[in-house]
Amino acid sequence: MTAFLILLRRELALAWGKGGGPLLALSFYAGVVTLLPLAAGRGPERLAVIAPGVAWLALALAALLSLERLFERDFEDGALDLLALGPASLEAVAVAKCLAQWLASGAPLALAAPLAALALGADPKIIPLLVLCGLAGGLAFAFLGGLGASLALGSRRGGLLVAVIVLPLYVPPVIFGAGALDALAGGLAWTGGLYLLLGYCAAAVALSPLAMAAACRNALD
Amino acid sequence: MLRAVLIQDLAITRGERRLFSGLDLALRAGEAVMLTGRNGAGKTSLLRAVAGLLRPEAGQITFEDLDAETARAEHLHMVGHHDGLKSSRSAWEELRFQTLWTGGGEAGARAAIDRFDLHRLLELEVRRLSAGQRRRLALARLVASPRALWLLDEPMAPLDAGHREAFGAVMAEHLSGGGMILAAVHDPLPIPARDVRVGG
Repeated sequence: MTAFLILLRRELALAWGKGGGPLLALSFYAGVVTLLPLAAGRGPERLAVIAPGVAWLALALAALLSLERLFERDFEDGALDLLALGPASLEAVAVAKCLAQWLASGAPLALAAPLAALALGADPKIIPLLVLCGLAGGLAFAFLGGLGASLALGSRRGGLLVAVIVLPLYVPPVIFGAGALDALAGGLAWTGGLYLLLGYCAAAVALSPLAMAAACRNALD
Repeated sequence: MLRAVLIQDLAITRGERRLFSGLDLALRAGEAVMLTGRNGAGKTSLLRAVAGLLRPEAGQITFEDLDAETARAEHLHMVGHHDGLKSSRSAWEELRFQTLWTGGGEAGARAAIDRFDLHRLLELEVRRLSAGQRRRLALARLVASPRALWLLDEPMAPLDAGHREAFGAVMAEHLSGGGMILAAVHDPLPIPARDVRVGG
């Protein structure tokens, strides 16, 4: 456990250092809020309708961008050897890396999402659900993104491969989260979507570390 | 305590190419072995196989008195050309992490700083270190967290004469304390070591 915390601290420092953290999240959403009206038209009613969905989608895309090189750098500079030879299993190493990535960029993004949604004119009553979906969905995005990054290790077109592997896996949580938000905004039953999202997130967190560890072992061999 | 490493009839293949086969080697407490051979003969692959990072095609690697998993997680260090140091972090942050990660403590890290003459480098970012300084920083964990088996890949290559001598003393001390060294080299080590040729 202590080894896990030592690694988590370092990964967090590295993720923060290379541009993660609250500032990144805020500036990312600043970009979304400024550019969306220019691209989608300025009608406030129109924006208010798509605001929750856009805030939610932005979260998924931001996670994809930052995750592409989650394992690649460690693989290239030899740090993965050191991590593989350490006291923690490779599964635990994978969990620490994905968790650090989520803490450094996924969670700040989820916490900043309400600002963007409100700025676009979304109904304030969806805010708690948006944050909850953002946190849970972000966790699922981080672990699934890590899975894609580990499977692409050592291949020449890694970035492309990550996108191709991860995109289908991102579809269900995006649908569940958007469904719950939409239902709440429309005054319908929304808990079903949320439970599906939480279940999907739990499965991703529990299962993907096994695949990540196997992929890393394979890449090192 | 790890007392010996026994390699029997080992064969390693990379892709389609057989690097070597039928390699036997016994390394016991207090011994050092230099692996020599031309570039690409499989010296680094052999070290990675001992570390468990690479699956050999045939043969066995056993650790006396320990199961392989414990031996690899707790009783060996591997320092290669890819040192795993992060260029954006300070030398002290990296040394501290490597020490804690491999099970050492602050006292060990301080001892390593003295032995590898790292005092003036600690505050610097790793990206500002020269090749020799980087290597000394990577080697420092050998002293910072004591482990019986050292797998070294060209450890001396970037070091200057003074630091080669100092590292020779560190290795000699490790052997006299019952440690083991398996090193891939082109220049002979400055300690008594058996020469094993890899790949004919």
